Amino acid sequence: MRRRFRPPLALWWLLPFALVFGAFQLAPLGYVALGAFRVDGGWGLDHFREIATSAFYRQAILRSLEIALVSSLLGIVIAAFACYGLTRTGGRVRRVLIAFTNMTSNFAGVPLAFAFIILLGANGTLTLALERLGLVDTFNLYSRTGLMIIYTWFQVPLGILLLLPAFAGLRREWREAASLLGAGRFDYWRHIGLPALWPSLVGTLSILLANAIGTYATVFALVGNNYNLLTIRIANLVSGDLFLQPDLASALSLITVALLTLMTLIQQRLMRGRPHAGKR
Amino acid sequence: MPASANNQAPRALPLHWWVLVPIFTSLALPLAATLLYAISTRWGATLLPDGLTLEWLQRLWQTPRFLAAFGRSLIVVAGALLLSLVLILPVAFLAHTRFAWLERGMNTLVLMPFAVPPVVTSVGLLQLYAGGPLPLVGTPWILIFTYVSIALPFVYRTLINSLRGIEATELMEAAQLLGASPFVAFLRVVLPNLRLGIRIAVFLSLSFLIGEFVFANLLVGTRFETLQIYLFNVRRESGHFTSALVITLFTFILILTWLGNGKSEITDSKERSL
Repeated sequence: MRRRFRPPLALWWLLPFALVFGAFQLAPLGYVALGAFRVDGGWGLDHFREIATSAFYRQAILRSLEIALVSSLLGIVIAAFACYGLTRTGGRVRRVLIAFTNMTSNFAGVPLAFAFIILLGANGTLTLALERLGLVDTFNLYSRTGLMIIYTWFQVPLGILLLLPAFAGLRREWREAASLLGAGRFDYWRHIGLPALWPSLVGTLSILLANAIGTYATVFALVGNNYNLLTIRIANLVSGDLFLQPDLASALSLITVALLTLMTLIQQRLMRGRPHAGKR
Repeated sequence: MPASANNQAPRALPLHWWVLVPIFTSLALPLAATLLYAISTRWGATLLPDGLTLEWLQRLWQTPRFLAAFGRSLIVVAGALLLSLVLILPVAFLAHTRFAWLERGMNTLVLMPFAVPPVVTSVGLLQLYAGGPLPLVGTPWILIFTYVSIALPFVYRTLINSLRGIEATELMEAAQLLGASPFVAFLRVVLPNLRLGIRIAVFLSLSFLIGEFVFANLLVGTRFETLQIYLFNVRRESGHFTSALVITLFTFILILTWLGNGKSEITDSKERSL
């Protein structure tokens, strides 16, 4: 078929969408990428140099990475166990639990922070119960441990929803065949279960990591600007009360995006050459 | 406890409950505590509340500031959804029926709102639209337009799935064979069949957008107090009152999700878009 020189008229229908998406998603990102290199009256790496030499910003990056790693790993392990449990239940129980998981995965941001204050805040119901039972001395929700707990809490439902299809794909025949050949529980998971789940595990982990690094609302609602994380620093540089530094915020934003990209690349590398890879 | 499926090996039966019960109890705890707090009279230093009441919920619904915030949220979200349907429907339709390159491109494009954290996008938006020819920061307009782009993955994926489901390409061919122009065929044949898909897209995005806080806080804040901003601003007030607010919000979101319930299609599109 010969292509006509004139583009089809139908393409005009794409224009309004392209304009809005361009103006409110692509342009801001482009502006951030430029802003990161903008120094008074010129261009340069000054902002990145400032970030690299500032203990404060280095701490923000490290803490973001730390909380992302810890909560994602904890989250994925718990989610994997939950998925294992779910595949062993059937029918109604399973449907209810999955619907419940879906529900909790919608519970995020300010309401989530609030629910945790009710539960684990200084006068939280669980805090008081644990203190009464002598299980903890004091529990501080607004600390690193507290944030880790909240992060892990919201990673688990997402992890379950993402991993469940893979667990559902583990065939019972495989286990039976393995046990016929003399494999125990451990051997089965070591040689069959985990390798089959591997692509989904890696994919899910990278989504959880990205989810944690990008989180802002929950932390902000909980501790305001008092916990040093990348997203908190960025927001503070463009919306704080004093010293607005949008270009520095752009540089930090670019670092965040670079971290997320790096994770995707690692994920793709880990998945390459594996059976099932990319089939999801 | 309901009876588990009995087609499993009986030996394995108790084991998985040891995993499921603690995990799902922990997931339920914050929600349960908030719910109980919202309907309890006083819950001081005791393990269980003193008594139950609906007073907090009643008081909430009599608070003008809450009702106003609710109204504002609905306006912004409804505006964004209407706009995104008008903008995205033609794109999804053309990507599915006419241009394979468009579908490939869109598959990458819809990942962007997921891949770029809202805080990062806000940094750009704040600078682009704070002044200049389009001073939108501080007005609901910037939220409407931004919400169109973050609702894109949900709306686009659901519409594409739905177009595939109704076999839109074949429908178009049939209609055109019968003499309809492409535009008329789309309007009279495809669109009516997309009703379910549109409904799912609307409710799914609605429940997602109602909970949006980052853009609302950074771009507009108290200048146009939406529900999430209101919740944030009253967080220091009575815990019972705020719990009632959280529970109301959450119930609202649940109802929306439930209304948009094309069950399998929803989980389907969620997975694929991630």
